[in-house]
Amino acid sequence: MSLSQSNQALDILLCEDNLGDVYIITNALQESQIKYNLNHVTNGEAAMGYLQQQEDYPTVSRPDLVLLDLNLPKKSGLEVLQEIKSDPKLKAIPVIILTSSKAEQDILKCYQHYASCFVTKPFDFEEFTSAIKKIENFWLELVQLPPKFAPHGSS
Amino acid sequence: MEIAPIRPPVEILLGEDNPGDVYIVRSSLTDSKLHHNFYQVNDGEAVMAYLHQEQGYQNVPLPDLILLDLNLPKKNGFEVLEEIKADLKLKTIPVVILTSSNAEQDILKSYQLCANSYIVKPSDYFVFFQAIKNIEIFWLNLAKLPPKLVSNSN
Repeated sequence: MSLSQSNQALDILLCEDNLGDVYIITNALQESQIKYNLNHVTNGEAAMGYLQQQEDYPTVSRPDLVLLDLNLPKKSGLEVLQEIKSDPKLKAIPVIILTSSKAEQDILKCYQHYASCFVTKPFDFEEFTSAIKKIENFWLELVQLPPKFAPHGSS
Repeated sequence: MEIAPIRPPVEILLGEDNPGDVYIVRSSLTDSKLHHNFYQVNDGEAVMAYLHQEQGYQNVPLPDLILLDLNLPKKNGFEVLEEIKADLKLKTIPVVILTSSNAEQDILKSYQLCANSYIVKPSDYFVFFQAIKNIEIFWLNLAKLPPKLVSNSN
């Protein structure tokens, strides 16, 4: 495990409008041994506002990991993904698609736009919780996330 | 059609030149119940030849998942990653970087080149073995892999 991951809390941004799903995700992550901050926005515009540290979010730190629903109000998850991956300052942030969709077209489009991975939300509560724990075991414990102090280039 | 299709094996390609590491990855996958085919090549040029189904690799299937070392002979992992992610036919294939490097520059560069995840090889045999299990649990059990592109578009 890298020093940055062991010493600093990870910042996770959850983009999800379904409060039941937010509850399950928050709950499943609570038992984690990893230090993290989970921040939550409920629509795609807010996700971009957060990531670009716009007026409503001037003091937030750039997330280490994004959990992104596809079916979001105001701006879809796919649009958010495209904007993240075409922004040199944001593109290194891994984006985990977490959606109720299992449509091949959605899966393909997300990988074409450089989603890190695509996970379909299970309908069952226990299975959903277990899926979040698998995400945690892999992404928070095994994977090296990009360094926090990524060079931003000129402003 | 009523009959569910039989799930084809997961095709895994490992680009790795260290025989010890190949052994660990292979034995961890073999140990699992996963229905899979495992292919391994030793250098970056061979990875690209495999993916383009060139001489010597005409009949290989495209992989569903690529495990890629960075420090490869002939063509390094960054170059391979960049070529994969710029190729319309290959870019959707998830590439998991599996390397001994924990240099922040390497991590950042890999993500900037659209690596799907970055994992540092544990130095302990058992921990390495478990890491491969963890990759399997996440990528091959939980995550939805991209559908194989077929020649006749739907």
